[in-house]
Amino acid sequence: MPKYSITVNGTIRAVDVPADTPLLWVLRDELDLTGTKYGCGTGQCRSCAVHLDGEIAYACLVTIQSIGDQEVLTIEGLSDDLSHPVQKAWLDVDVPQCGWCQPGQVMTAAALLEEHPSPTDEQIDEWMSPVLCRCGTYGRIRTAIHRAARGGDR
Amino acid sequence: MSGQVLSRRGFVAVSGGAGAGLVLGFSLLGCDRRAEAIGALGPGTLNAWIRVGTDDTVSFLLSESEMGQGTHTALAMLLAEELEVPWDRIRTEHSPADQDLYGRQSTGGSTSMRSNFERMRVAGASARLMLIEAAALRWAVPASECRVADGRVEHDDSGRSLSFGELADAAAGLEAPESPPLKEPAEWRLIGKRIRRLDSPSKIDGSAIFGMDVKVPGMLTALVARPPVFGGSVRRFDPEPALAVPGVRQVVEIPSGVVVAADGFWAAKKGRDALEVEWNPGDFGDASDESIRERCRSMADDGAVVRSDGATTSALEEAATRIEAEYEAPFLAHATMEPVNCVADVRADGCDIWTGTQAQTSAQDIGARITGLPTEKVRIHTQMLGGGFGRRSRNDFVADAVEASKALGAPVKLMYTREDDMRAGSYRPVAYNRLVGGVDGRGMPTAWEHRMVSPSILLNIGARLQDGVDPTATENAGNLGYSIPNIHVTWTDPGLPVSVHFWRAVSNSQNVWVTECFLDELAAAGGRDPVDFRLALLGDHPRRARALRLAAEKAGWTSGAVRRTQSGADGSGATRSAMGCAVAECFGSVVAQVAEVEIIDGVVRVPRVVCAIDCGFVINPDTIEAQMESGIVYGLSAALYGKISIENGAAAEGNFDRYPIMRLREMPRVETHIIAEGDALGGIGEVGLPCIAPAVCNALFALTGEPVRSLPIGDRYRS
Repeated sequence: MPKYSITVNGTIRAVDVPADTPLLWVLRDELDLTGTKYGCGTGQCRSCAVHLDGEIAYACLVTIQSIGDQEVLTIEGLSDDLSHPVQKAWLDVDVPQCGWCQPGQVMTAAALLEEHPSPTDEQIDEWMSPVLCRCGTYGRIRTAIHRAARGGDR
Repeated sequence: MSGQVLSRRGFVAVSGGAGAGLVLGFSLLGCDRRAEAIGALGPGTLNAWIRVGTDDTVSFLLSESEMGQGTHTALAMLLAEELEVPWDRIRTEHSPADQDLYGRQSTGGSTSMRSNFERMRVAGASARLMLIEAAALRWAVPASECRVADGRVEHDDSGRSLSFGELADAAAGLEAPESPPLKEPAEWRLIGKRIRRLDSPSKIDGSAIFGMDVKVPGMLTALVARPPVFGGSVRRFDPEPALAVPGVRQVVEIPSGVVVAADGFWAAKKGRDALEVEWNPGDFGDASDESIRERCRSMADDGAVVRSDGATTSALEEAATRIEAEYEAPFLAHATMEPVNCVADVRADGCDIWTGTQAQTSAQDIGARITGLPTEKVRIHTQMLGGGFGRRSRNDFVADAVEASKALGAPVKLMYTREDDMRAGSYRPVAYNRLVGGVDGRGMPTAWEHRMVSPSILLNIGARLQDGVDPTATENAGNLGYSIPNIHVTWTDPGLPVSVHFWRAVSNSQNVWVTECFLDELAAAGGRDPVDFRLALLGDHPRRARALRLAAEKAGWTSGAVRRTQSGADGSGATRSAMGCAVAECFGSVVAQVAEVEIIDGVVRVPRVVCAIDCGFVINPDTIEAQMESGIVYGLSAALYGKISIENGAAAEGNFDRYPIMRLREMPRVETHIIAEGDALGGIGEVGLPCIAPAVCNALFALTGEPVRSLPIGDRYRS
């Protein structure tokens, strides 16, 4: 099988998998980075959202052979200590319920705030609506994003 | 803990985290049996609910499943309230399955708080007394002179103080008081307070371990090729094309289908795609929505009587106005965000099962039945559940994993793809309802006839009907709470090939929609306001009337009003809006909701929901609000979009493209108002759901004049 070398959370990792293997399964099965979640396998739920060179990407659709030298950032690499502004706001608002979709929500919100440091409700709608949640945390997600944008103040 | 490879037998110790010093058990078992049950869990782990580590952390072993509903945080609040341990020292974990220690372990029916409210506080108080006793013995002072504060036992007279961790080993050897005195409500410092979830940090840094995240040494990953129609079976299969896929290790048959086991998910998926199976179609290969509908309709007059008050037939004949309606609700999939899955390791000397299940003791029974091992040799390691909603009490995924591990001779992670999960059955039952209502000259209802045809969950799980009726199918229909003198309700099972199961709020999810919408039809027939109409009929149910009054007041209830907001010069953007209401009592709680609904350019929107919840009293207000939001979103997804269609004997929907769920942009503003007037504690995990579909449909009825008699709404309106 082909060998690939990819940069994940700042570390170079070597994997030996077929070229068409989605990044999701490289992360979960090969690299034991299980924070990136499987929900649909077809890019519809976005539970597997990661960053590729800072841009949001869906790990279930991105194949290993397409990664090249793009840097992969997963939820495990967002911060070492829950100190990312999105994580802090998520804790303040107590967003999660079951939690399965939350890594994808947090990674997407982090990318949104990189693009729009003070997002409008419409921008939040646009960025966050593709990320499905079955538990109904949407209202708290909106609140937490606004809070993170304000630097954690109420 | 992410990425950690768990040893096959060491997982309990790993997840325990803090050094195990003291485990305080409280149960009705005799000391010998309890010691034996605790001893069977391994060295250093004595068990029941509380384990004090020598590092002063306190681990709570919780027999209820955490699936998002916040139960671990609330149970921890109950334990910590009496134990007097600082909140930041608390760790929670799922306890093992042990019927002798915990009773039957099943998380469902919104019962966790109700069944544990006393049990957990007693366990916490008992542990506190043991720690005090241990300190008193060490200091040779009367226990009555010692007190507990902030995770320490203190003796004020001498100024001495010892931490829980320092007392753990000594306390473990003492007898557990079984009826310790409990705090008065006025003394509570946690119960009733807005406390943050204990599991939030691990759920936003990727470290929380769910069933699908478990990895054990030597584990294969497997998918099952299952019959493409309900009732089908394997005729023959050729494993060679699958085995030719790199990474595929074995292909074996189990009762539910053909297992393709590989080194990882991707190889298993490609192997299953390559596998060639010939199927026996079974007897239901031509089943369709239409055939199911016709079957249900044809059986409506054959039902068993659930309730019969007065003389409904003659009252209907004498009614000034008579309304007839058919209400139909579809099958629904749970669609937990984490598709079901299970890791099993079957060996000659035991079986370990790692999974997110809502029913640990049943999973243990399944493991014992399939392996032939004694129950105590089957160990259940419950992981975080990526959603439950009833689906994870089915344990079909546990059976598949145990069968697969047994056949493979290796530990295996049995995965379901989203499509596998959505097409596996275990749906919310389809429901056909025929209703006839009579209204008198004053506009008040005189007669109510409700004939229900809906598959029985009890029959599906191998239980028995009660007097010919499945009580889980008739909630909020058989016990309709409105004062109508003549009521006749029947139910029958149509005997369908599609399996059904508990789905959040169970039959309340259809029946409250049916009864609350039909009630609005009767109100309209008599020219009555829907809120006033209900209040006039709720004389026997003052809690329901109170909740409805509160929701209506907070919503600024306006009956039948159609407001038109500013529209563009070309007429686009025209907004028509109305309110709808519903009220229900289930799971020991009462909920009333008012939904504001608008149709913008033909698209249905729900911008605002006002929810009044009466759950007796409050353990954690934040959890109550979260669960109301959760139930409303789950119910709104179903009302707007939810439908599993049966085509050619199979579910047509396989993924979120055809089974949409609500998105953030559609999230209504939810305003929750809690009523806590000291009534008995009620559940909150499901009760937020049943009212939302009828509240929205009643608003649409007010808006359009057309009742919504079939779901999802999206079949008739764009949404």
